[in-house]
Amino acid sequence: MDTALGDPLTASNDTAGARRPPAIEARGLVKRFEGTTAVDGIDLTVPEGAIYGILGPNGAGKTTTLRMLLGIIDPDEGVRRVLDRDDPHDIARLIGYLPEERGLYPAMKAVEAIAFMGALRGVPLAEGRRRGRELLDGHGLGHAADKQIRQLSKGMAQTVQLLGTLVHRPRLVVLDEPFSGLDAINQGKLEALIRNLAAEGTTVIFSTHVIAHAERLCEQVAIIAAGKVPYAGSVDAARDRIPAQVRLETRAREGRWRDALPADARREGDYWYFALPETGIEPLLRALIEGEAGILSLSIERAGLHDAFVDIAGEAAARALAEQSPAETAQ
Amino acid sequence: MTPADSRVKARLPLARAAFVVARRDFTAILFSKSFLFFLLGPLFFLAIGGVASLLSSQAIRSADSPRLAVAMAPADSAAFAAAHARLADLVDLPEIETVEPGTADDAGVLLGDSERNYGAVLSGTLAAPRLSGTEDRIERWRGPVALVAAEAGSAGAADYPQVALVPTATSVAQERSANAATATAAVTLLFLLSMLLAGMVMSNLVEEKANKIIEILAAAVPMDAVFFGKLFAMLALSFVGIAVWGGVGGAIALAGNLLEQTLAPAIGWPAFAVLFLVYFAMAYLLIGSIFLAIGSMAPTVRDVQTLSMPATILQLLVFFLASYAMTDPGSPVELFAIAFPLSSPYAMIARAAQEPALWPHALAIVWQIAAVALFVRLGARLFRKRVMKSGPAQAKKRRFWQRVAEPGAS
Repeated sequence: MDTALGDPLTASNDTAGARRPPAIEARGLVKRFEGTTAVDGIDLTVPEGAIYGILGPNGAGKTTTLRMLLGIIDPDEGVRRVLDRDDPHDIARLIGYLPEERGLYPAMKAVEAIAFMGALRGVPLAEGRRRGRELLDGHGLGHAADKQIRQLSKGMAQTVQLLGTLVHRPRLVVLDEPFSGLDAINQGKLEALIRNLAAEGTTVIFSTHVIAHAERLCEQVAIIAAGKVPYAGSVDAARDRIPAQVRLETRAREGRWRDALPADARREGDYWYFALPETGIEPLLRALIEGEAGILSLSIERAGLHDAFVDIAGEAAARALAEQSPAETAQ
Repeated sequence: MTPADSRVKARLPLARAAFVVARRDFTAILFSKSFLFFLLGPLFFLAIGGVASLLSSQAIRSADSPRLAVAMAPADSAAFAAAHARLADLVDLPEIETVEPGTADDAGVLLGDSERNYGAVLSGTLAAPRLSGTEDRIERWRGPVALVAAEAGSAGAADYPQVALVPTATSVAQERSANAATATAAVTLLFLLSMLLAGMVMSNLVEEKANKIIEILAAAVPMDAVFFGKLFAMLALSFVGIAVWGGVGGAIALAGNLLEQTLAPAIGWPAFAVLFLVYFAMAYLLIGSIFLAIGSMAPTVRDVQTLSMPATILQLLVFFLASYAMTDPGSPVELFAIAFPLSSPYAMIARAAQEPALWPHALAIVWQIAAVALFVRLGARLFRKRVMKSGPAQAKKRRFWQRVAEPGAS
């Protein structure tokens, strides 16, 4: 791990990040629990205003990383800087956090729970109640404002906690597995909420083991496996690591056009599959036409984040990811 | 937003953060069933104590008092019985029953007779009485028997003068007795209250750990604020409880004039009440910080029971030490109990009940505040490290930045 990167607090993983000051900057974070290394030298740069995903299977170190970034636990090694502060508690009022294991006082009313979470972040109780009612009304839960948390469904309670995370209008929102336990409709609502937050300039960082959510929402991701981050950068750059795949269907079975195909092209039924040559599609097309291939169809398929994840983190990590949420991954 | 500006606005001050946590705990517990039980707790103690003393007095009443079997020659027995009748009104004497003189040959038979209830057997003569029975019994009855035998053997019945009785409101002996009773009651009450509250604050914390709320708190405010908030919320609740019970108990005591009859602190009631609150706060903060630190290490309620056992035993030892020390004011044991932080509040409230001087309390309170500051600080540090399994690695952090700043440095 090279830690001498000049000024670690302005360095960024890509050009997009370099243009904006980072909301989060971490270098060489290490955390060990009773001899086990949960996080092993993680570097992260989250640009301000971005939607940033931390993608990895359960046990990869996502939650521990977020806890270190928030100052809930301190790293054994390494440094983190959040919203330009070394101690995240210095800017606690600018951060909203939804932990993976949801927790609310069961006897508290929904609006009081939101107001209490606001009070913890510096919002006066009366103002917190007012904002709490507004947020509940805005999310279709106005009728539940004066109900105790124990009287709400799991999904409603989870929404209340999420609203409590936002009641103080934070600049940085950290969500640990926010989609976990939500049905498809509420997952869609949450995605919309995250996009709205980002549109208003709020930085959102969330962890997930569901690739589809990260792919739909994030500009940038960090792929985390076994406590390390083998990739951190834009989603596009991750996908571009794998060459686009060409699918070709021809009328002619043999002919000169076959010389234009890469050596590792494989045939499955009526189709040929091969990686798009570095020279691009035009020379290939010309060679196929001149070689009288009789092109019936030709498509270029760009690699998805899942393919990139397999390429970066390995088959084993991808299998673990799929096994943890087969239904969610398929969405 | 400038850095200085953001520093002021973006961090909730420790006291305010602690207040937010304390306010939540205070209101939540105040309106909970557990606080109702806390308020009713003394009623249970009183009820159990009342029933126990009722049963005990009933048992004492129902049990026959042991009698003295008089097995002397008939004339001596008659004279002994007559003397007994004359003296019974003046001194406390065992009841007697005259038996056949021959039966005294085997006192064991008489004493072992389950139909009768003899404590000892008197034989011999008035000039040389012989008392048979268990050692402690004959030792206790030796004096009364000698007195009655002397009265019976004298030529004529003595003319005992009528003693004029002049009752006074108090005496040094009675004051000392009341002071001692006050000390015992205060130390016991202090012990019960601090024990109950320390247990409650620990259960409350473990419940929050189980509910996963602790992570929300830990992310929002420093763990020190959580620690202080919980500790002081329970202290405030206990003051509510003391105010309720103090008010009710005080009104009953004043109405029945019970305080002056049975309890009386040497420094007077107003100063004693203030000192009781101060010493209670000190005792609770000391033991509460220990219990909270223990709670931070326990993942479940079951673990709490195991982990809190040593602290509970320590608290019992402290109680016994203070109880023993108050029986001998000024002794090295009492001075040790005053100096040892955990027992100091108990020893000093006992002293307040028994000694009128106020200046030792000023010294003790300063000492206890220092001890509370130390205990709370240590407790908060342990709490911060253990509650989220967190431990700052400041030295490593410094080394890291040195490497970043000076890449060539090893």
